[in-house]
Amino acid sequence: MIALKLAYRNLKGAGLRTWLNVIVLSFAYVIIIFNQGFLDGWSRQAREDMIDWEIGGGVYWNAAYDPYDIFTIQDGHGLPPSALQGLIEDNLAEPVLVAQAAIYPEGRVQSILLNGIDPGQTILKLPTAPLAADIDEIPVLIGTRMAKRTGLQEGDFVTVRWRDVNDTFDATEAKVVKIMKTNDANVDIGQLWVPMNRLQTMMSARGEATTIILSPEITDPPAAVGWEFKDYNFLLKEVRALIKTKSIGGSTMFILLLFLAGLAIFDSQMLAVFKRRKEIGTLIALGMTRTRVVRIFTVEGAMHGILAALVAAVYGIPLLGMLAKSGWAMPEVADTMGIVIAEKIFPLFSIGLIAGTTAVVMITVTIVSYIPARKIAQLNPTEAIKGKIS
Amino acid sequence: MKWIPCIVLLLAGGGLFAQQPTADYILQKIDDNQNADSRIISSRMIIHGRRGSRTIESKSWIEGDEKSFTEYLAPAREKGTKMLKLGDDLWTYSPSTDRIIRISGHMLRQSVMGSDLSYEDMMEDHSLVEMYKATIIGSERIDDRDCWIIELTAKNEEVAYYARKIWVDRERYNILREDRFGKSGRLLKTTTVSDVRMQDGRWVAGRIVFKDVLKNGEGTEFLVDSVEFNRDIPAYLFSKAALKK
Repeated sequence: MIALKLAYRNLKGAGLRTWLNVIVLSFAYVIIIFNQGFLDGWSRQAREDMIDWEIGGGVYWNAAYDPYDIFTIQDGHGLPPSALQGLIEDNLAEPVLVAQAAIYPEGRVQSILLNGIDPGQTILKLPTAPLAADIDEIPVLIGTRMAKRTGLQEGDFVTVRWRDVNDTFDATEAKVVKIMKTNDANVDIGQLWVPMNRLQTMMSARGEATTIILSPEITDPPAAVGWEFKDYNFLLKEVRALIKTKSIGGSTMFILLLFLAGLAIFDSQMLAVFKRRKEIGTLIALGMTRTRVVRIFTVEGAMHGILAALVAAVYGIPLLGMLAKSGWAMPEVADTMGIVIAEKIFPLFSIGLIAGTTAVVMITVTIVSYIPARKIAQLNPTEAIKGKIS
Repeated sequence: MKWIPCIVLLLAGGGLFAQQPTADYILQKIDDNQNADSRIISSRMIIHGRRGSRTIESKSWIEGDEKSFTEYLAPAREKGTKMLKLGDDLWTYSPSTDRIIRISGHMLRQSVMGSDLSYEDMMEDHSLVEMYKATIIGSERIDDRDCWIIELTAKNEEVAYYARKIWVDRERYNILREDRFGKSGRLLKTTTVSDVRMQDGRWVAGRIVFKDVLKNGEGTEFLVDSVEFNRDIPAYLFSKAALKK
């Protein structure tokens, strides 16, 4: 207790120097928490968006299909397995047929993927109901990014050219019946959504699918011969890896801040040991053990961390609280990058994050406070009282 | 006496055949005119785009209908780019990246250097007789040449274009115009041939204009500067190693 009292008194006595250290350290607190909270928020939103718009409760891939290998798209389709027929009939699994094609917006050729899906599906948030339109052209659903890239608007017509399963070309007109706004660029950029039965006819692939999306309600996906089930661990791997990369990039910033704050505290401690050698000598001469004196100085340094946490709380809680509520608007360019990202990211500040950040800062500050204080252990009290350091 | 009209019909039929051979016979003659053991072609491809035209010079070595090797000679940006086709496989080499890329799947549908030709179009090599049922549906004069109009319908489903219409020179048995259709009957591509000349006993097209009718623009011109038939081509040229040389 005496160590805490002494430490507080000495810190107060140091005045502006203490507050400068504390303020820099408080920035480190707030920035670490904001950065990590932002990434956690993005991660949570990306996961939710992908589940809602793209992957549902997991996806069965035809054994020959691999979306990361364009060479497999042509042949990676087949009749849905019997093990999933019941789920498909109960709308708990949704077959999707994928085909490569080209569109000619304003007479320019552009490669795209046609995705056939049942207009009545309810597993994904895709607004597929307008695909049920009874028109001669193929009704098409596209995302806002795709609409921007192609200059297509609702009601516009565009020529689609494709090759069926026998490699035979054909072309027809498609009509954009709906433009959707989604945070998931994977279902938007380069994608055209069309009614499943129309695409199956176009491709001469009656009843076939490339993937089967499972409802999130199904927690125990059945095994299906000739189809591979991909769970969240697999399907979210890419977005997790992206966020991890961002996290590493963000760490550089707060490591630098923490280093600066640590350096300032280290400096202050060195100066304190030098300036207060008479006090140290007197305390040791009066019977205080060297270890105890070292502890007083270490606590004094570590108290920077506590004060910084309090200062950070004063401006950080309202600031971060406001951000958590109103969200952080992402630049428009992020929308076109092909990643799953919302217009606004709502940072997620968990207790674990705050406690973890406090622990990291406190440990760092304690270590940088202890290192200069070790010098006290080597002090000769008589010399110290005289103002000398041996 | 019943056999007299039969003889007349036979004679008339023979006379008709002399004037108008069967569609399959015409296709066979077209294939015979086009096919050779080997060909070495120097050509220029003029791509008409929205921002002007580009001319790409190339030299191709072709053996049968399975193997071909093309080297682009000009402009400087394309110089050194090479393309190798072996059966159904196609590879390209770009000196700027020093990498060999296999063109397949989605990429085959993409245009070759911004032209109206896709890689798939360039790879098509099967004979017309093998792929299509032919019917003569009329005749027309094109560039002062009398032509048969022949409708081709795919014999089986595994063809790129389900139907074609070709205008064949009655005398030279070469195609002067071609329309390619999708399965639904939609016109997809057109080809127009001119400057036909005789070389080594074959009629060779000097200028071919390809047009992707779904796309805006004036199409792509293919000018054949020289063709050599049945020359020996070193076997190493038809290997991936030759792409990097």
